[in-house]
Amino acid sequence: MSRTARRLRYVFKRLLQALPIVLAIVIVNFFLLHMAEGDAVDVLAGEAGSATPEYMAELRAKFGLDQPLPVQLLVYLKNVFSFDLGYSFRHEMPVLDLVLDRFWPTLLLMVSTILLAVGFGIVLGLLAATGLNTWRDTLISIFALVTYATPLFWVGLMFIVIFALNLGWFPTSGMKNVAAFNDTWSWANIKDVAHHLVLPTITLSLFYLALYTRLMRASMLEQAGMDYVTTARAKGLTENRIMFVHVLRNALLPVVTMAGVQVGALIGGSVIVESVFAWPGLGMLAFEALFSRDLNLLLGIFLLSALLVVAVNLVVDIIYSSLDPRIEVG
Amino acid sequence: MSFWRLFKRNRSAVLGLVILLLIVFMAATAHLFFPEDPFRLVGKSMSPPGENGFLLGSDSLGRDVASGIAHGAKTSLLIGLMATFVAVGFGTIMGGLAGYYGGRIDDLLMRVTEMFQTIPSFIFAILLVAIMKPSIESIVIAIAVVSWPAVARLVRGEFLSLKTREFVQACHTLGMSDIRIIMGEILPNCLSPIIVIGSLMVATAILIESGLAFLGLGDPNIMSWGFQIGAGRTLLRSAWWVCTFPGIAILITVLAINLVGEGLNDALNPRLRERT
Repeated sequence: MSRTARRLRYVFKRLLQALPIVLAIVIVNFFLLHMAEGDAVDVLAGEAGSATPEYMAELRAKFGLDQPLPVQLLVYLKNVFSFDLGYSFRHEMPVLDLVLDRFWPTLLLMVSTILLAVGFGIVLGLLAATGLNTWRDTLISIFALVTYATPLFWVGLMFIVIFALNLGWFPTSGMKNVAAFNDTWSWANIKDVAHHLVLPTITLSLFYLALYTRLMRASMLEQAGMDYVTTARAKGLTENRIMFVHVLRNALLPVVTMAGVQVGALIGGSVIVESVFAWPGLGMLAFEALFSRDLNLLLGIFLLSALLVVAVNLVVDIIYSSLDPRIEVG
Repeated sequence: MSFWRLFKRNRSAVLGLVILLLIVFMAATAHLFFPEDPFRLVGKSMSPPGENGFLLGSDSLGRDVASGIAHGAKTSLLIGLMATFVAVGFGTIMGGLAGYYGGRIDDLLMRVTEMFQTIPSFIFAILLVAIMKPSIESIVIAIAVVSWPAVARLVRGEFLSLKTREFVQACHTLGMSDIRIIMGEILPNCLSPIIVIGSLMVATAILIESGLAFLGLGDPNIMSWGFQIGAGRTLLRSAWWVCTFPGIAILITVLAINLVGEGLNDALNPRLRERT
């Protein structure tokens, strides 16, 4: 079998493995949300002030909330597989539209965070490992230790105090200046969004930066003790060449894996960061949905985040197998 | 006593332990130094630190920030410890059973763990607390639910490697019951990694708790650091101290626990220490 065919088969196999997990998540979340006291009709009725029991029953029937649980679940599953995530009672629009609409800001935030955290983490870990036990190593290690222990929301608020309120370098919240630009891809608009993106990205990446720095340092040190390094040295290669060509490439592997594993945590972190900076993404939508008890909407967000994690892990596995030809993909 | 000698070799771990003891002391004496309910309005609102008798200032309603931090220490430590206790207990049972018996139980557990790793855990915790209504119990359960799979995986791995060892086989030959082998022979041999992962988990639990409380999902009757920061958010422009000091308290506590955890790791797993 050719290499490409093997790779394709591997991708297909991984997709099949992911399916039951996604299904299980949908089912678990469905039952969890139904354990909650009160449904969307209670909320709507409560807001309307006066709602007769007859009217509430009518509303329940309209939304299908009067059906037995297994029926509701089956209907939901059927809908999910036809890409219909239901209707958000609160926002009065289909969940899929709402979720897709809010997906891009979150994706933008996450991609820039991963790039920043992995990039800087690799550089810092490399600097610490090459200057082992010098002041440079100590300083980087202390930095990693402290950022690892810092609550994200607090860092975000402190950044707002320092960089937005006192220095006025960055906006305090939001994604763009209100309705200033209509053309999405105009240069001014891109600059505006990027300007709003700086603080949330730095905040969200701090925790992961600490993680990758520590991982990169440990990984470099582990690789530096391997036999192939002795061989390279015996061959007369320069220390720089050994470090940056041989050791670095091998040391990168665990960092790439970790980047995939951490995506789920990153989504959790984005709920906090998005609510601090009022970034209009999925995290903030989840928070709004939670308090308006918008069950369908929450399910949609959960499903999308789970799919995202599965997809990213798949991509990471594929990258991994091309970075390291020793890994058997068959 | 060799444990203490090994632990002492790690200077930063000793520092972490000292800081942690101070925080425990602060939590234990909170009602002596601040006998008033931390929710009570005790003075002029929005006082900057050091003015009107407020060491760390007061918030928009005139609540004492320092009192909130002292009482909040109790909440953080309590929830961190309880959640870890539940997570470690449950994870050890599940991981132990899976590792010892293997087969179907093992398969099922690994599927469940995989699912838990795919679910974004913080959002899951938010969901659980919101469904069960915010209270100490629901927060502890939520944190434990998202934390136990890591323990289960660790314990399973330990059990898998230990159950094939000769001393366990000898126990089988002697006709010992499964429960005695699990509790009396295998479990004591994997206590060190469990203690280390547990100590680090307390720090994570405190971070999760503060995040939940910040989002308004804390127990409404109990003062906590996350709640203080969440409540002080709107005052960022006029009263920076309301958010700042509780955050520093979280940072120092989590840092201290992490240092102690690393010290425990060094002291309990000497082989690991030699490697780096």
